Amino acid sequence: MTVLEVTGLRRSFAGLRAVDGVSFTVGQGEVVSVIGPNGSGKTTALNLVSGVLRPDSGRVGFLGRDVTGWRPERLAEAGLSRTFQNGRVFGNLSVAENVLIGLTSTLEAARPLARWRNVPVLRWASLLAETAVALVEPPSVRRESAERQAEVSAQLDRFGDRLTPRASDAAHTLSYANRRRTEIARALAASPALLVLDEPTAGMNPAETAEVLEQLLALKATGQTILLVEHKIDLVMRLSDRVLVLDAGAVIAAGTPDEVRTDPRVIEAYLGKRRTVARP
Amino acid sequence: MLDTALAGLVNGSSYALLALGLSLIFGVANVINFAHASVFAVGAMSGWWFSVDLDWPLWTVLLGVVAVTGLLGLVINLVAVTPLAKAPPIAALLSTFAVSVVVDNGAQLVFGPETRRFPALLATDNLGLGGLRFGTLDVTILVVAIGLMLLLGWFLRATRYGRAIRAVAQDRDAAAQMGIPLARVQNLAFVVASVLGGVAGVLGGMYLNNISPTVGSTVGMSAFAAATLGGLGSLPGAVAGGLLLGVVEAFGVSWWGGNARTLITFAVLLLVLWVRPSGLFGKRTPLAAEPMTGTFFGAARTVRLKPWQVAVAAVAAYVVPAVALDDYTVQIGVQVVVYAILALSLTLVSGQAGQISLGQAAPLAIGAYTSALLTTATGMDFWLSLPVAGVVAAVLSVVLVSPSWRLRGHYVSIATLATGLLVAAAAVNFDWLTNGPSGVSAIPPPSLFGAEVSAPLAVYFLDLTILLVVLLLVVRLRRSTLGRIWSAVREDEVAARSSGIAAADYKSLAFGIGGFVAGIGGALFAQQYGYIDPSVFGISVSLLALTIVVLGGLNSPLGAVVGAIVLVGLPEALRMLEETRMLTYGLLLLAVVLFRPQGLMGKVAR
Repeated sequence: MTVLEVTGLRRSFAGLRAVDGVSFTVGQGEVVSVIGPNGSGKTTALNLVSGVLRPDSGRVGFLGRDVTGWRPERLAEAGLSRTFQNGRVFGNLSVAENVLIGLTSTLEAARPLARWRNVPVLRWASLLAETAVALVEPPSVRRESAERQAEVSAQLDRFGDRLTPRASDAAHTLSYANRRRTEIARALAASPALLVLDEPTAGMNPAETAEVLEQLLALKATGQTILLVEHKIDLVMRLSDRVLVLDAGAVIAAGTPDEVRTDPRVIEAYLGKRRTVARP
Repeated sequence: MLDTALAGLVNGSSYALLALGLSLIFGVANVINFAHASVFAVGAMSGWWFSVDLDWPLWTVLLGVVAVTGLLGLVINLVAVTPLAKAPPIAALLSTFAVSVVVDNGAQLVFGPETRRFPALLATDNLGLGGLRFGTLDVTILVVAIGLMLLLGWFLRATRYGRAIRAVAQDRDAAAQMGIPLARVQNLAFVVASVLGGVAGVLGGMYLNNISPTVGSTVGMSAFAAATLGGLGSLPGAVAGGLLLGVVEAFGVSWWGGNARTLITFAVLLLVLWVRPSGLFGKRTPLAAEPMTGTFFGAARTVRLKPWQVAVAAVAAYVVPAVALDDYTVQIGVQVVVYAILALSLTLVSGQAGQISLGQAAPLAIGAYTSALLTTATGMDFWLSLPVAGVVAAVLSVVLVSPSWRLRGHYVSIATLATGLLVAAAAVNFDWLTNGPSGVSAIPPPSLFGAEVSAPLAVYFLDLTILLVVLLLVVRLRRSTLGRIWSAVREDEVAARSSGIAAADYKSLAFGIGGFVAGIGGALFAQQYGYIDPSVFGISVSLLALTIVVLGGLNSPLGAVVGAIVLVGLPEALRMLEETRMLTYGLLLLAVVLFRPQGLMGKVAR
């Protein structure tokens, strides 16, 4: 089954075509990586897929539905979670609270009348019900809250003893690597159908990168579908089922890691063209 | 027709000069300099002093004003902006706001609050052109304004420091790497901007004929509107916005009268923000979200009282006034309680959800008017009018502020400021509903179990009980899932949305609940005084509410109460004069922002 199906995606910024007709698919349980030189449109493509930016044209299909132009919160509810290139945690919330935020879309008792949430005006019924429940805090809400706390511990355990001892620390006190881990834990909390990672190891040293690679491999083994943007080629080659190469906003090559590695167009995009100097 | 347009252009050129300064400063320092309006007032007042008391000719008057306002701009930057360069944007927003209060009220203490005639240094009606009458004054204002704009354009393009200013505006870090002295360039930008503002003050003073130390706030608000209209940071936008607003206002005033000016200004501003969020000339960045509040109070944790401490405080709040205090002091207590309720509404909106509101007087006014009009005109019972006031204030708050959710950062605060001023202006202008400037009087006191609640102690008990209920409500909301969701929106909206949180909805909800609470406060306010008019709900009330929560700790419900005691109770008990009181608010706000951003009731986490 296809989880994500992108067709003819385009987006320009003030005349610059950042993403220019990109099409690809991500199948169930697949890990697809997007690579390319700086400025080739990788992050823009992720932002278009995850609803942070709206495409000028093209179509995004997710789990068989047309979700083009959906707002990010709706996509997240539908099962698409993401992390950000520079790492965005909620600095003044604790690590556990950060992960709890990732579980927001799974709350039922604390967020009643969910089906009205995306209806204009009527959404106020849902918002007011949520307020009332927050004030009264019936037993069902307390039970649900306790369940989610347990799930948070499970999510944090994924990273061994990196996050668990720091569960009640404010996120702004964490090291860079731990913030990225917190972000991944938050994105994974709601068991998303598709996990979108934007350079999860940016700014990490080789040892930390290797650790993240192990965790992502473990995640892949559980059948998690992942769309990944990454610069570190070793990680991409070991993790990916398929690789997509972008240059100047367009897909210049796609295939298995080995196919892509030897593709002359890819080498050209990264290293430039071999110049043959005419000899006299 | 033509003379209205000319009058608009002449007045608009003052706006344009002020707006240019605002945009210049915004570009270089990424700060909305709320003190800029005061620069206009200082320019006008010192111009008056030079020409009337010292009897200087026009050109020395202008030179003197240039010196005074240039220095003022430098001081503003050094005191309120530079020290907060690394703090989140809200810090400089609050500190420049505080400086403007200090300068305005300081000027009132120095010059006296009365309005005075600005001497006509130039003829006003001596020239004619094809049936259009105008004076040397009009020509001079336009020539000087256009001359200054051209001079600024030349300065920015052709001189080394001008290029440095533009470089810093484009990319601070890169400019610093190239060896541009950031501090000096920023000082220079403030001086240049303030000189423009000061000259605008003299020209505007001559044109308006009458000036007072608070003239800045009126003209300054229009200049904010102009700069936002054109797009903050865009200099051609500032000029176009200023002239456009001047002309629109001139026509509006000639059609609907002078009271309509503020209504038009802020209606235009809000409409532009809703339709074209980055102004007419501003660039819209597709993906940017800098949280306004960030770690400002962040590194701070709220002081938590133990349940028995809260219980003791609550009992004391009931018992002490009943046994130990005279009626006058109890009346002060009533005011403290009402302001604490208003401040709590801001704790939710600004502290919890991170949306800095500079217009929380708006729901207060709406609640007050709703309750006052319902009890006087329809004879509705106070107890029924109380929730109605809350609901009406909530609905209008949401309707007026929600379109701003497309805006980011500074623009949201400007939109709330405009909303606050718009509501006050509506109360003045919609006299079929609100009885205009003369207000609503003879508001009946509420009755409880057949007895009238009018004795100070009875009113105090009633208001205190409602305050405790609101306090409980706010505390419960903060600790709930909803509270956590609001925190996430405050910390990082983009990340919150990508975690499945509809940020716009939750911001609206915060404004709705905040509006409800403030509306209840407004109803109590109206019943307590028995009389309300639009002047009661001016910008100083919004400022006071914000100062209370910042002083108490932006994110601390208890802080709102403590802040209200300190800022409302103490000055009243000390019987301070209005100007001294406002001056103290300003200085306190500045001191808190600079030295204790977490507020009285926040402590720094280690």
